[in-house]
Amino acid sequence: MTLNLTLLVVMGVMMAVGIYLLLERSLTRVLLGIILISNGVNLLILQSAGRAGESPLVRDGMDAEEYLDPMPQALLLTAIVIAFALVSFMLALIYRSWVLARQDEVADDEEDRRVAEAVGAYDPEEDAEVSTETSEFIDELDPNTGKLRTSEYVPEPEQDTADEGPASKQAEQKEGRK
Amino acid sequence: MVVVLAVLFSVSIATPWIFSRLGRPTFYLLAAILMAAFVWTLSYIPAVLEAEQGAASGQPNAPPAEIFEWIPQLGVELAFRMDALALALCLLISGVGAAVMLYCARYFPPAETAAGPFAAQLFSFAAAMLGLVLSDDLVMLFIFWELTTILSFLLIGYSAHRVFARRSAIQALIVTTLGGLAMLVGLLWIGQLAGSYRISEIMAAADTLTGVAVDIAMVLILLGAISKSALVPFHFWLPAAMAAPTPVSAYLHAAAMVKAGVYLVARFAPGFHDSTFWLPLVLGLGLATMIVGAYRALRQTDIKLVLAYGTVSQLGFLMMVNGLGTEDAALAGAAMLLAHGLFKAALFMVVGIIDHETGTRDLRVLSGIGRAQKPLLVISVIAAASMAGLPPLFGFVAKEVVFESFYSYALHPADTVSPVWGWVVMVGVVIASALTVAYSARFLWGAFAAKTDDDGAALPATAFRGTPDAVFLASPAVLAGLTVLLALVPGPVQALIEPFATLFDPVAPEVHPTYLALWHGFTPVLGLSVLTWALGLGLFWLRGRVTSEARAVPAALDAERMYRATIRTLDDVAVWLTSKTQRGSLGWYLFIILLVATAAPAGVIAFSGQVWPGEVIVAEQPMQIVLALIIISGGLGAVWAPKRFMAVLMVSLCGWGIAGIFALQGAPDLALTLLLVESIVLVVFVLALRSLPSGIWTQNPTRFRVGRALLGAAFGLVIMCATAIAMGSRIHEPISLEYPWMAYEVGHGRNIVNVTLVDIRVWDTFGEITVLAAAATGVASLIFVKRRDVQRRQLHEVPTGSVGRVLSDKALSPNQIKEVEVARSFATVAREAWLVAGRTLAPEHRSIIFEVVTRLIFHAIVLLSVYLLLAGHNTPGGGFAGGLLAGLAFVLRYLAGGRYELEAAIPFSAGALMGWGLAVACFTGVLPLIFGGQAFQSFIVDLAIPVIGEHHLVSSVLFDVGVYLVVVGLIVDVLRSLGSEIDVRSEQENRRSSTLGHGIHAETSMGVAR
Repeated sequence: MTLNLTLLVVMGVMMAVGIYLLLERSLTRVLLGIILISNGVNLLILQSAGRAGESPLVRDGMDAEEYLDPMPQALLLTAIVIAFALVSFMLALIYRSWVLARQDEVADDEEDRRVAEAVGAYDPEEDAEVSTETSEFIDELDPNTGKLRTSEYVPEPEQDTADEGPASKQAEQKEGRK
Repeated sequence: MVVVLAVLFSVSIATPWIFSRLGRPTFYLLAAILMAAFVWTLSYIPAVLEAEQGAASGQPNAPPAEIFEWIPQLGVELAFRMDALALALCLLISGVGAAVMLYCARYFPPAETAAGPFAAQLFSFAAAMLGLVLSDDLVMLFIFWELTTILSFLLIGYSAHRVFARRSAIQALIVTTLGGLAMLVGLLWIGQLAGSYRISEIMAAADTLTGVAVDIAMVLILLGAISKSALVPFHFWLPAAMAAPTPVSAYLHAAAMVKAGVYLVARFAPGFHDSTFWLPLVLGLGLATMIVGAYRALRQTDIKLVLAYGTVSQLGFLMMVNGLGTEDAALAGAAMLLAHGLFKAALFMVVGIIDHETGTRDLRVLSGIGRAQKPLLVISVIAAASMAGLPPLFGFVAKEVVFESFYSYALHPADTVSPVWGWVVMVGVVIASALTVAYSARFLWGAFAAKTDDDGAALPATAFRGTPDAVFLASPAVLAGLTVLLALVPGPVQALIEPFATLFDPVAPEVHPTYLALWHGFTPVLGLSVLTWALGLGLFWLRGRVTSEARAVPAALDAERMYRATIRTLDDVAVWLTSKTQRGSLGWYLFIILLVATAAPAGVIAFSGQVWPGEVIVAEQPMQIVLALIIISGGLGAVWAPKRFMAVLMVSLCGWGIAGIFALQGAPDLALTLLLVESIVLVVFVLALRSLPSGIWTQNPTRFRVGRALLGAAFGLVIMCATAIAMGSRIHEPISLEYPWMAYEVGHGRNIVNVTLVDIRVWDTFGEITVLAAAATGVASLIFVKRRDVQRRQLHEVPTGSVGRVLSDKALSPNQIKEVEVARSFATVAREAWLVAGRTLAPEHRSIIFEVVTRLIFHAIVLLSVYLLLAGHNTPGGGFAGGLLAGLAFVLRYLAGGRYELEAAIPFSAGALMGWGLAVACFTGVLPLIFGGQAFQSFIVDLAIPVIGEHHLVSSVLFDVGVYLVVVGLIVDVLRSLGSEIDVRSEQENRRSSTLGHGIHAETSMGVAR
């Protein structure tokens, strides 16, 4: 197919500028970046229609090749309208963010930042030393002594955290009572 | 077979419900069902034994098979086949399964409520295991294989409140799934190489399957078998899995599941035992496992762990003999498989009873049980002696033929390998068997003997909580009894597994096939057996009664510690990578993503051959270059613009330029639509952002400008190259060459683009307008917190000049008062009302010229939009363009007359408009169905109206009406949210802040309102 350099370059510039703006913190600029990127994509789709042609209105005696390919045009038409809906939605988001937080910026994700600062992946569930058990019935009463049979595993305080299920809590309490 | 499997799985699904009704006796029912499955399996014996084992399904003498199509495109079938090997394993699985279920009926306390799901899992495990051995399709085999893995995970984690159980379950899952994944690759590979996923066909074609690919595929399959059957270096998961309730250990981790790996090896051995890596892997790892397991069994103080390591050892043994690939070894392997299932399940059940009754399995505590519990002792002695290979028990019979086959393998070495290896294996097996004798003795001693402590004082006899009743003892007793019975009458087993052995060649032509018997005469093999007994008992006497804690294995050799270190490292790397790539700044995440999206295609472009387009033009016409310059300067201007609205204008400039390019290229519909959209977007932008400060400032200025600029440029370049290459690679004619005649003949319209939207690709458009409605609802829900389309005051109730009067006169400076007065003098209420609600605006916000113009052109615009809608089928226009134009008319009304004007202009809720639009579109889709057509099929109605003349109405125009309504609804919704509602809010805000003395927002709001 024939390559149209002007369209190609404009598309490249739209993408480049769009990405530059997309990586900004200001939400307005991010939105403008998205609009520019969608412009670039529209031009990309337009290029796939090939060289300029007749407007796609059926006329007698015209070959199918002479029209500008209608398929990409249909795609573009829907893309344009969808982009409008997207822009409206993002504008509403920006307004909301401004009303609620007086902020029109992309804020840092505090949760991720905490994860990033955590060192290592020590997980008591996986990594704590646990001695093996010598019976399945350690939670039950011993008929000879009338006392609870206990496991040799005594939970360390740091393991006694949220990742232990309620059942385990109960078991530990039982052990503790003894 | 399919029916039986389906019934079994259905029963397992119903089990929790049955359990909630019947309680613990449910296990009797489950045992009975598995017993029925056992009998069902027996019914296949005549057909299976007569059949030729290697025959492909479909031949007259093939074993019974059932085949249903499942995914014919991929060659995947629901194929099941009952041959001799499957039959033997089915008997083992259903028989031991029934025994285990019976045992469960006493093992769990009567009131145990958590046992319902447990029973279901255990039962469905039996079904999955049967499915696994019956599958004749590689994909089915894999599915059942993984099903057993998952059920094993659930069953090990039965005591979910214990860390140890949870960890063991996860560990078993990870290790066996790792092998399972490798196996999947191997299975698919071998299936592709053979051109069939039917196992029997692959085995029939095995002779033609040679080469490196087959060798590697076999290694991958063996990896699955090795991990499942807990061979070194994956053996550690099996002892840890002893955290499961003992019935599970007896069934899954002794008799059935761990045999799946052995089964797989036995299944593939007839065709592939001569593949390059088969024997080194099977014999090497098998021998290592056998010795490591047996040695460590001797060092355990928990009797269940003695058995567990013993199982590991025996699995290595089984793997070796089943993988050897000679006729004798196949017979021996199958016999040993059955023997092990019988004695090991019985022994585990004994351990369960001891644990159940005494509350410990520690052999340093247990003492004197043998004296008190005679029946238990008898069962255990029989089973343990069978494990040690003592006559007259089936374990002995099986071990004899195993020795026999290794002996003749050593005597008749293959040409390709050194004869030394045969003897190495023989010696290793003898040593490991001696160790087996020793740990069998240690088990009996540990569980039953009266012991003394370190000072020589007798330990107190361990008391049983109660006496195990007959039901509890029945299962181990029956299994132990079978061990004796099958040894005395080995004929049936011989008959059962002999057909499988005939699939193999004898190790050398002159060797006669061996047979199962208690007495083969004075043979060298008998001598070896006697040697193992002597060595084993001596070893037990010297080392077997050690009660000290097992010495720690060096860290480098401890597979479990290595596994945990590996997992730990994996976690650490994951956290490290996450902390580097996801450090909290969303912009940085995007940067990373885009960097990859740039670098990956760039690499491909750089390192592979490309087709660049042959024909390149600079531009279609000079005008295109001018427009291009405008667009580019708009884009750069958006980056540079310091003020929000300036930046927005710059982006709009790009849009208008692109509309021009569309027009020049020959796409009038696009140009029209884009122009309308750009106009509306500009207004919406201004409306939404008017309460924000005008400058784009930020508290944290974005750093890293150069990096971003470089990334943007690189991405632009890459996508340019990619586009050029894509254009150069295009070889096919566009499908749209058919569109012109389709549009005209089928769609009855001349505008091809419009017909494409409303007819040829109507489903796309239907989806799109749904998205539009969703987006509009999203906008409204972000602005209206409670509900949208709030019915405001009636127009006549609104005081004149009240809307937009943001400040009381007192708050203004003298200069401002003068300005406002001048403005008001032009907009007195006394003038003629051009707009219905014009008077409601504060006088300083009115523009009479704007009102007049709006008044003059509003109706014309709406009419034009209807024209675009109706004419769009044949000329540029259509529902989208028409709807946008109508929306623009409402935008005018709103801007000229304020929010009450908008309400007066369109007294419907936006939601209703969009709903009706969707309903109309849907209606056009459904209507043809009623008349027997396809959804959205177009039809034409000819109307002859007296004055207007003859008209053709195409049904798809009605669809366009739906589109029109949705688009109008969208714009009205956006106007009401971002326009009216923000008006109301900022007025309230201003009133509040002006009383508090703040003026910032008042200024921004006033500036925009004009």
